[in-house]
Formats: sequence, structure tokens, C-alpha cells
Amino acid sequence: MKELICIVCPKGCHLRVDEENGYAVTGNGCERGAEYGRKELTDPRRVITSTVKIEGAVCPRCPVKTDVAIPKALIFEAVKLLDGVVLRSPVAPGDVVLADVLGTGANFVVTRKL
Amino acid sequence: MRGAGVKHYDVIVIGGGPAGLAAAVSACDKGAGSVLVIERDRVVGGILNQCIHNGFGLHYFKEELTGPEYAGRFAEMVRNTRAEVVTDTMVLDIRASADERVVSCISAEEGYREYGAGAVVLCMGCRERTRGAIAIPGDRPAGVLTAGTAQRYVNIEGYMIGRRIVILGSGDIGLIMARRMTLEGAKVLACVELCPYSNGLNRNIVQCLNDYGIPLYLAHTITGITAENGRVASVTVSKVDGGRPIPGTEFTIDCDTVLLSVGLIPENELTRGAGIEIDRRTNGPVVYEDMMTMTPGVFACGNVVHVHDLVDFVTAEAMKAGAAAAEFAAGKRVEGEVIEVRGGDGVNYTVPQRIRPGNAGRAAEIFFRTNRPRGESVIKVTSGDRKIASFRREHMAPGEMEKIIVPAVLLAGASGSIEVSVETTGEA
Amino acid sequence: MYDVIIIGCGVTGAAVAYQLARYDLRVGIVERFSDVACGATKANSAIMHAGYDPAPGKVMTPLNLRGIRLGKEIARKLDVEYRPLQSLVIAFSERDMETVRTLYERGLANGVNVKILDREQVHAAEPSLNPDVIGALWTDDSAIINPWEYATAMAEVAVLNGAELFLEHKVTGIVRDGDALTVVTDRGEFRTRYVVNAAGCHAADIMRMVGDDRLTQTNFQGQYFVLDKAEGAKVNSVIFGCPDEKGFKGILVSPTVHGNLIVGPNSDPVASAETLGTDAATLDRIKASGLRYVPSINFRNVIRQYAGVRPTTNVKDFVIDVSPACGRMINLASMASPGLSAAAAVGERAAELLAGAGLELRPRASFSDSRPPVVRFASLDAEGRRAVIEKNPLYGRIICRCETVTEGEIVDAINRPIRPRTLDAVKRRCRAGMGRCQGGFCSPRVHEILARELGVKMEDIRLTEEDSFIITGKTKE
Repeated sequence: MKELICIVCPKGCHLRVDEENGYAVTGNGCERGAEYGRKELTDPRRVITSTVKIEGAVCPRCPVKTDVAIPKALIFEAVKLLDGVVLRSPVAPGDVVLADVLGTGANFVVTRKL
Repeated sequence: MRGAGVKHYDVIVIGGGPAGLAAAVSACDKGAGSVLVIERDRVVGGILNQCIHNGFGLHYFKEELTGPEYAGRFAEMVRNTRAEVVTDTMVLDIRASADERVVSCISAEEGYREYGAGAVVLCMGCRERTRGAIAIPGDRPAGVLTAGTAQRYVNIEGYMIGRRIVILGSGDIGLIMARRMTLEGAKVLACVELCPYSNGLNRNIVQCLNDYGIPLYLAHTITGITAENGRVASVTVSKVDGGRPIPGTEFTIDCDTVLLSVGLIPENELTRGAGIEIDRRTNGPVVYEDMMTMTPGVFACGNVVHVHDLVDFVTAEAMKAGAAAAEFAAGKRVEGEVIEVRGGDGVNYTVPQRIRPGNAGRAAEIFFRTNRPRGESVIKVTSGDRKIASFRREHMAPGEMEKIIVPAVLLAGASGSIEVSVETTGEA
Repeated sequence: MYDVIIIGCGVTGAAVAYQLARYDLRVGIVERFSDVACGATKANSAIMHAGYDPAPGKVMTPLNLRGIRLGKEIARKLDVEYRPLQSLVIAFSERDMETVRTLYERGLANGVNVKILDREQVHAAEPSLNPDVIGALWTDDSAIINPWEYATAMAEVAVLNGAELFLEHKVTGIVRDGDALTVVTDRGEFRTRYVVNAAGCHAADIMRMVGDDRLTQTNFQGQYFVLDKAEGAKVNSVIFGCPDEKGFKGILVSPTVHGNLIVGPNSDPVASAETLGTDAATLDRIKASGLRYVPSINFRNVIRQYAGVRPTTNVKDFVIDVSPACGRMINLASMASPGLSAAAAVGERAAELLAGAGLELRPRASFSDSRPPVVRFASLDAEGRRAVIEKNPLYGRIICRCETVTEGEIVDAINRPIRPRTLDAVKRRCRAGMGRCQGGFCSPRVHEILARELGVKMEDIRLTEEDSFIITGKTKE
């Protein structure tokens, strides 16, 4: 039995995940919590946010995120890919900055209109 | 004096952050003919522009957005209304009397101007507590800054503010910056929290500290800062008992940067200047159920009223305030009984502080924070000896704002005032 | 070859430079810090003392009395923030009243407008006082001033009249060289006919460089609280406690010219003039004293603490003379309180001593006793605000929201005769970052403006001295 705090939403439910019994989750307030509990023990993932350089905009950095969560183990490697990236204004939320990050299928996308 | 040269708006919204944008949208929806949003920064969106992490919008948009995305959606919504937005413009003062509201402001483009308003909505947000406010002794080198200032340098300007970082306080911005700096290649050595519990959301402890192996020292504080060549060289950390450092427990961490995340203070200089009543517990204006302050025609919402932990709740509060401001501008006046809301045992404050049952609709929402972490608890609403309502919680924490909804039929039984209190039945 | 090199550009050095500016001389000022007014001048009580305190016969006494008169005149002429303000030495006991009577006699002897107030009178004069106060010494010959602006203004006039200012030049030695002296610094040497030693906390070190070891610096530190303007509005006097047996004037409570409240200082010896850290025990002690004087002070409204080290020495008086060890060096040493009050008179005295030592003082025909005006947006009325924005739109952009400081004022400050190079120096010129958020919102903006106006990179901007860089590079590089 493993105890976790759910990070799906700000409520922070106290989850209990039973590894012995097919990762059954209790203490969750919603279905997404159950899924988080299972995933966190089998394949933990996070959405990553960062910034990249942008030229011609009101500020020199453009925020980006992965459009889906990527494996925790790849976080630092994924962020490193952004080092050389330079965008040119205008950009809009959803614009793909880097596709298929490290073969995960996730894309780094713009999160601010600049 | 709706005289020559003073342009008049039905509703003037002061501040173009999340509260201001939502208030403007809502005022337009409620039929305000002319709405002006005055923003001091170069762009609207407020602090959300630098909150590049995700976790916003689960309540309002039913999806997980980053701060800039959340702000961007509201900016777009405002663009689709008749509201006018001016940026790079600072409101200097508000003069509010029973039947007159004048807002004066300046900008580089337009100079000094005054506007008349049917109603004003205050959405100035909050600021961070500083080193001075919490009196950390020691040297005064470079490298000591609030988490929010660091966030601006890093996320908006693209500058590193240090390489070896200690964070004082476990507020959400501090936790978020712990992860952010780690991802930018800095080493975050510790997060030090005076209280025996964290003041941030639990999820942020997990995904910002635990994910990266950053130690959290609860019931500890920084009791000294030393400098070398003008920059932070180390901090002394001590264990505390009831907030006082325990001699002999000191240890030193070598670092070049101290980030402070030690609380937020509603920014009410304009409010005070206008003579609007302030609640000493929230540091924000006293408000009614529809977010009107005690000065008729002046409304307030968001972090200027009380510090929220979720932008979604700011939005909901601002929607309420914007709609009420539009109605006030159209001539609606609320008469009748006023119930005072008091915070009792275990309750640090309540918002609203006054409820007019005649204007509360079917139910009144009351927001508050409890004073310490609690296990299974009962939130009680009483009026004198009469019990009006009660609500159960499995756990409560100061870092998490509570909301209760009291049906209007139950309020009818209250005489003069009600009290909200918390009784804990289980362990925290 | 310089006629005079002034060592130190605190308020004393600045006052000397200001005096010498009216003569046809080549004057250089060497200053170890990155800005003027950075030592004791920036961290003191900011009070122009009335002059009841120093005993007749001391060197400091006539200089204090003349200094505050000259200071008032200079503040008016050079537009320095200055406010006449009554001061009180309050008594809680009969023993304190003895002290009050002694100070009263001394005040009379020094020609100060002093009175003794009884219980009723003192509470009428200052309603915020603790009801236990039984009486006080009163005077209205006192004032509060912006000390760093006072020093900077005098230094600016000197620079505009040809004085050469060398910041971040630390004096490491003085070499006698026939009829001249060579002042050696870590960044170059200056040959000069005369030297004025206005080195504040390091004056004794400078004296030792010419073989004069009469003085030992004692380095007494004072810590202060600065409180929000809401607290400053609570008092309308400079409130002193009675001096203790050691002659320390005690903790004081006073408004500042900007409307804040200061409470402090203690007076305890520290290792060096660079010991500018604060400590919790001392701050607690100061807070307790402040609350004893004025119980209504709300210490939740503290916005900053700071510490200063006084230029005290083993001599409990100013040491002002032509060095017995070197006839070309004028000492202005041991300039502890009332050093700020006396500064302008000390400047005059230095010119007299230089003349006495053989320096010919011919009036400079082109001397102009003025400096560029200062726009203070926050204190303008609506009409004034309209007018300045019309002239320069940058006055319409507020950068520091707590103190209502505009981009125009920041740009002005950066382009004044003495250019600030650090964020703290900009703050001292125009108050950006001095308010309740302590630069939380505006410091990145001020930082950007400073880098832009100086034509340097963001990474090159410092907070204060040494390597106090605010940012350490770009992200992802």
C-alpha cells in the first residue's frame, strides 16, 4: 500500500494505492485521481513548462509547455532541447515549438500570444 | 461634477489582471453600456503572465491551463466586449462619495486624466511581503529577493537570479520557483518554513519539491544572512518553537540567493486613500455579499480583497463584482437588513464580512481560511445561541481557502450577526 | 597636479568640495564606494540637531550651530528635502528631568531656542507620547533632512563647477613628494598640493598614512527600523530619550522628510566600519524603546531595517586641524554626531585651514551655486503633473508604484551631474524602490532603465558595492 497526494487538482486528495491488487486507488475524489494514482506508481509523468527566446515581442521570453505529460525521467533532457530555440513574433498559444519531444509524442507548444 | 472634460463610464475597472478582466466581461454581460479597464503594466493579464506553470482553469475552463493561457483567454473575451482597455496607465486616486466617483490616472501617452464612473471595481491584486517586513537580520547583499520578483526576472526577462538557492517560506510562488530554478539548472538547496506545516498547496509540495528531492524544513527559519563581495554567501537556519528560534539548533547553508515566499498583502493604497473601510484581518476592504465595499458604488474582487490560492476563485468573485457594479451603475440600490459575518474559533477571517439577505439570492457564499491544519472537522454557522448550518470536512489547512454556501432560508433566522467557527473532531 | 584632493565624498567631503568650488582651484574627490554619500551619510538619523547637546568649548559646538544655519540655506538654494521640526528630549523620571535641565542650561549657553515643558505641555506638543512622560526639553531649532540628497547636491554643484569625482577609488597610501603629495589609490595616483581627509570611518587610517597616529576609530554601529508612512503620520517631532551615563543620546523616534518613521539607533561597538548587518536582539531592544516613547507605533508596518557605523574615535569631539605630521593635509576626523548637522560649517572651516596652510583662494568667476532642478512627481498637484507630462511624457509612466516615481524621474536621476551606477544609488536619487514593496515590482523595471541609460548590459548592473550583481546571466545559456 502506497500513500500519495494527488496533484491532478488543487484539492490534493490523500490517495492510497494498492500495488498488490492491480494498483487499486482509494481516497480519490474523482476518476482522474484514480488514474493519477495508478500512473504515478507505474509510469509517472508531468507536464513541463519553460520558456524560449523570442524576438520582436514585448518581452524577450515566450512561455511554452508540453501539450501532454511526459515521463518524469525525461524532464531535464526535454528542457535541454529548448536551449537553442529562437521564436519570431507573432506566435499564438498552441503553436508548436518542438514536435514529438524525445519520441514521446508530446509537443512543446507556445502558451502566450506574443 | 459630471462637468466639462471628464469622460464618464458606467463601470471603471482598476487593474487588468485576472480579477479585472473577469469583472469587465461580467459587467458587459450584465448590460453596462461603457466599461473601462485601466492597467498599469504594458499588457493585461497581471501576474498570470509570469506564472508560466500549469494548474489554472480546472474549475472555470474545465481544463488545465498555464497562467499566460488563462490570461490570454480572458483578454480575448474582453476584446469581444464593448469594454475599452488602457494599458501603461496608473490610477493615482479615487474620489468616492455617495453619488459620485472620480478616478484620476496618468500615462505617458495621455498625460493626466480624470474619469467619472457609475461604479468602480477595485482589482489591484496584492504584493509580496519583503525581507524588511519580516525583519530577517544580517547583512544586506544582492541575491535576496521575493519569489515573485525572481519569477519576473526568470520567466519574462530570461535572466538567472542565482545558482545556489535557499527559499524561505513555503508559499505557492516559492514552491513553484523551486521547481522552475531547478529546471533552469540552479541547485535549490532547501525550502525553509517557519510554521510546522506548509503554507502552499499539497500538490505543489509533491510536484515542486518532492519530485526534485528538495528538502523542506518545517518549523525552521533563516536567522542570519552573510555576504561576500556584495552577494549572499550563506544563510543560518534555526529550528523554531512557536515562531522563536531555538538557540543551538543553527546550521549553515552556503548559497548565493535567498528567495522569499513569506506571504502576500492585498494592495489597498488606493482603497485607503479613498477612505474605504478596510478589514484588519484581510488587509482588504470590507465587502458585502455582492463584493460592494462599504463605500456605495465601489466594488472589489480578487486578491485586493483577500489572497486567493486559485485564480478560478478570483474569476468567480470578479464575475460577481462586475455584475453587481453594472447593476449599481444602472441604478440598482440594495436596501434592508444587514447581517454581520464574524470569524469565530479557528477562523482567521471571512469574506464577505456583511451579508444583505435581501440581495443574496438563494444562498450566500462565505470564504474563509482556518488558522491551522486540521483533520476531520465541522464548520459551524451560528447566530447567537442558534445553530444555522454546519458543514463537514475531512481535512482543512491554512493554505487552502474554504468556501461554504449558506442557503438564504437559513439566513432568515439570523439576527444581526452570524459567526463561522471550526471544531475539529479528528487528528490533522 | 591637483590643488586639493578630498578623500571621501560623504556629507563632509561633499561640503568641502562645495566650499572649494567657489575658488579657482583644481579639485579632485576620491571615493571608495560606487556612489557619493555611501558611508555614515546614508545610514544615520537624518536630523539637523539644534545644538543644545554639545558642551560649550568643544570643537563641534560652534560648527553644529553654524552648520544647521548654513544647511537650511543650502537646502533651500539647492532644493534639498528639508523640514523644520520640533524636537523633544523626553523624561520619564526626576532623574531624567535633571538631564533635561542640564541640556536646557547648555542650550541657553549655546544660544539655542530651548524650553522646558511640563507634563501637560509636552503631551500637548506631542500627543502620541507615552502618558508616563513627565516633561521634556523642547526646541524648534531642529530639522529633518534627506542626508544623502544633501551630500549629493553639494557634490553635484562641485562637479558642475569643475571638481573631478573618482568613484570606486580606494586610497591605499599617501606619499610625500617634495612640495606635493601623491595620493595612491587602487586605481591610480593623484599628485596634489593639499589633501583633505574626509574619510569618515577611515579618517584615522588616512592620518596614519602620513605618520599621524593620534586617533583610533571605535566603530559604533547603530541599527534602525524604517516604518510605513502610516506610522510616520503619528508623530510630529523628533523624540529623543534622555542620554545615558555614557553620553549616548539614546534611541529616537522621528518622521523622515518622506513621511516614513524611523526608530533607532542603538550604539554598540562592532569589528569594522563595514559591519552593517542587523541582529535580532538589538532590533528587539530598539523596538521596545520605540514603543516606550510612542506606544501606538505598529511594528507590523516595518518596511526595512538598516545599520550604519558612526565615524567615532577615541576622541569624543571632532578632530579638525592641519595635520601636525604633514602641513599639506587637513584632517576632518571623528565626525560622529552632529557630523551631518555641522557638515556645511566644517566645509567652510576646511577652506579656512587650507588658506592658513598656504593655499591661495581666488574666487572662481564662473562659479554657479546651483544644480539642475529635481522633478518630484509625487509631490506635485494635478496641474503640476499635467504640466510636467506635457513637457516629457516619461513623467506619465509610473515605475515605482509605492512611492509614485515616474520613468522621467528615474531617467533624470541617471543623467544628473553625478550618475548613479547601481540600483541603490538610483533609489537614493529618486526613491524608486524605497516604499513598502521594497522594489518587488519596480526593481526589474528600474534595472532595465538603468542599463538602457548607461548603455550597459543587464548583467552589469549591481545592487550596491563590490560584486553585488543582481542577475547572474541569461537563462538557458
